[in-house]
Amino acid sequence: MHRAAHSRNMGNVHNERYTIPMTFSISSKDKNARPLSLSGHVGFDSLPHQLVNKSTCQGFCFNILCIGETGIGKSTLMDTLFNTNFENFESSHFEPKVKLRAQTYDLQESNVRLKLTIVNTVGFGDQMNKQESYQHVVDYIDTQFESYLQEELKIKRSLHNYHDSRIHACLYFIAPSGHSLKSLDLVTMKKLDSKVNIIPVIAKADTISKSELHKFKIKIMSELVSNGVQIYQFPTDDETVSKINTAMNGILPFAVVGSSEEVKIGNKMVKARQYPWGVVQVENENHCDFVKLREMLICVNMEDLREQTHTRHYELYRRCKLEEMGFTDTNPESKPVSLQETYEAKRHEFLGDLQRREEEMRQMFVQRVKEKETELKEAERELQGKFEQLKRLHSEEKSKLDEKRRSLEDEINTFSKKKAAAELLQGQSFNTNANLKKDKDRKNSGFM
Amino acid sequence: LSECFNMSAPPHPQPPAKGASHAAGDFSYVGIDAILEQMRRKAMKQGFELNIMIVGQSGLGKSTLMNTLFKSKVSRKSVVSTPEERIPKTIEIKSISHDIEEKGVRMKLTVIDTPGFGDHINNENCWQPIMKFINDQYEQYLQEEINIDRKKRIPDSRVHCCMYFIPPTGHCLRPLDVEFMSRLSKVVNIVPVIAKADTLTLEERDFFKQTIREELRANGIDVYPQKEFDEDSDDRMINDKIREMIPFAVVGSNQEYQVNGKRLLGRKTKWGTIEVENIAHCEFAHLRDLLIRTHMQNIKDITSSIHYEVYRVRRLNETNGQPNAQPPNTLVNPQQANGVAAQHQVLTHEM
Repeated sequence: MHRAAHSRNMGNVHNERYTIPMTFSISSKDKNARPLSLSGHVGFDSLPHQLVNKSTCQGFCFNILCIGETGIGKSTLMDTLFNTNFENFESSHFEPKVKLRAQTYDLQESNVRLKLTIVNTVGFGDQMNKQESYQHVVDYIDTQFESYLQEELKIKRSLHNYHDSRIHACLYFIAPSGHSLKSLDLVTMKKLDSKVNIIPVIAKADTISKSELHKFKIKIMSELVSNGVQIYQFPTDDETVSKINTAMNGILPFAVVGSSEEVKIGNKMVKARQYPWGVVQVENENHCDFVKLREMLICVNMEDLREQTHTRHYELYRRCKLEEMGFTDTNPESKPVSLQETYEAKRHEFLGDLQRREEEMRQMFVQRVKEKETELKEAERELQGKFEQLKRLHSEEKSKLDEKRRSLEDEINTFSKKKAAAELLQGQSFNTNANLKKDKDRKNSGFM
Repeated sequence: LSECFNMSAPPHPQPPAKGASHAAGDFSYVGIDAILEQMRRKAMKQGFELNIMIVGQSGLGKSTLMNTLFKSKVSRKSVVSTPEERIPKTIEIKSISHDIEEKGVRMKLTVIDTPGFGDHINNENCWQPIMKFINDQYEQYLQEEINIDRKKRIPDSRVHCCMYFIPPTGHCLRPLDVEFMSRLSKVVNIVPVIAKADTLTLEERDFFKQTIREELRANGIDVYPQKEFDEDSDDRMINDKIREMIPFAVVGSNQEYQVNGKRLLGRKTKWGTIEVENIAHCEFAHLRDLLIRTHMQNIKDITSSIHYEVYRVRRLNETNGQPNAQPPNTLVNPQQANGVAAQHQVLTHEM
């Protein structure tokens, strides 16, 4: 309801009052705000300016993920896009697993400071078995969401100082085969479309002719649609940019060429690739869509990319994660459940769980001790037995030996007795012999 | 790795509809500063919210001042035709919202009035319903924020600024003023103003202001702009100047008079016309500039990133149920490092 504007004449009427407005119904928390017209300049039109100023002081954050095969031109394109040399080295084709390498740079243009993080896949598409390729990328994206979620759930948190590492835009580099998407491309994009804003680009587009390019783009888009892949749509709800965004949505995927080298064209140095048959100028819109990509990614939709990441992808992640942990907004009776109650219940459950596990551990410990004790006792007994046995054996041996010694001594005795006896006998017999001899001699001599 | 671009970037980013005309030949221009324009567009589309609470005894011109500030009938008094000047038995909290628009910037302004404050014979604990209201708004926001399925944009009903009206006695603060401000300055941004300042001469006004400043200091009351929230030296310089001038001595008016051939808002008396927007007469313009033209965003930021966070910390710590133990630093993931500490405590307790 619009109240009547003050009736004012331009003459010199002194005492003027605003007309009394019609009565409205008053409630203490009137949610429906009434429109009101201002009679003069208040000054809050500077609010957007204040807001922008604050953001300028804080600086901005933008994170781009580049997915593509090794050597497809990801780093070169980033260099070209941001007009600088990010000092990337070539990766090898022999990476055993897909890795992600993130590098952060501080850029500044006029009074805007941008903290840019570029994440490149390393070794994507190089492995013989590519089944796990996309998983590392998905895990990386989830990790960034997770760390933001953790910060948001902290009790003492500092969100405005937090370095947002969530991926705002994902440039998917399609190889310029001219035919169609690879199955790896489809699978990867399908896995990522609910987690990140995907902007597909055709890399090294200077290898495709114009007519082939047109067919290629149509084929790609139809394949994406038929496979249900949701790529990022440039927003068309704001009239200032809806026209250009709608046009650009029809040109996707962008066919790009990147180059850090400059070639002299006419009297200017432009970024280009020099071939024997001609020069491909990066910033020439007839040659490739690089300028369009830069326009869309940076100049027109950077803020929207950040916002979509936060309000759609991150919220989805957060919702799934919290639901997975067992939190709900309404309990089975459909009454709103406060996070506090759920938390208490979970905490109770968790503590109970802890106690149970502690008991189990203690039981196990006691059990083990008992077992060890019995084991040791067994061993002791065994040892004792062995000892006894050895002792017995030893005494047996000893008695045997004693016996033998006795018998040996007996034998010696007997032998010495026999010897003595034999000697005696021999002596006797010698005597006897001598006697006999004597006798014989006497006898013999008697004969004389 | 830090790279600086010194380039002749156009001072205002060209509208994107013009295409790549700015890029041709000037290939050192990337276009990062176009994000400012994008942010501005987004902010204009979303619109802004502002919630101001006005507190003071009846008859101090609160409603008039609100209407003067926003050049329209935003205050409760103006929209309700109250036949009798009724002082409520208890302090009521009445809030009214208006959608206003200026040069394409849309704002939902909510004025929260507190009739009955300071009007009774026994005014003890008069700050309580107000404190409760402010905390209720924080609570409402917190509940929305911790939902699993939450709104894209949580409606912000938190009180951004509380304007406290000091009667122009010319002497010093009253116990009610000290009590209220010392309690509420901890939960909300307080902007004290000297109401009906046309009863004070300039010398009386300066003396009064100085006394008030000293008393605020002596009682440890931190009013907006709070010294501890200055972000850098530039901020401090600007805010120090403001801190030297508060509380602003204001005069409000809904009527326009002819002065020197111009139509100005003012109060006409037999001895002259007080021009509301003349800074030689009163400090309304300073208040308006502070509140609306320069520090509005800052006021909202301090509410959301400091006052609200303090409330949130206190509230979340309450739910941990272990009053003696150190509460874990995370809400829902007990596997965090601090949660491990809680585990240890449980174990030691059991042993």
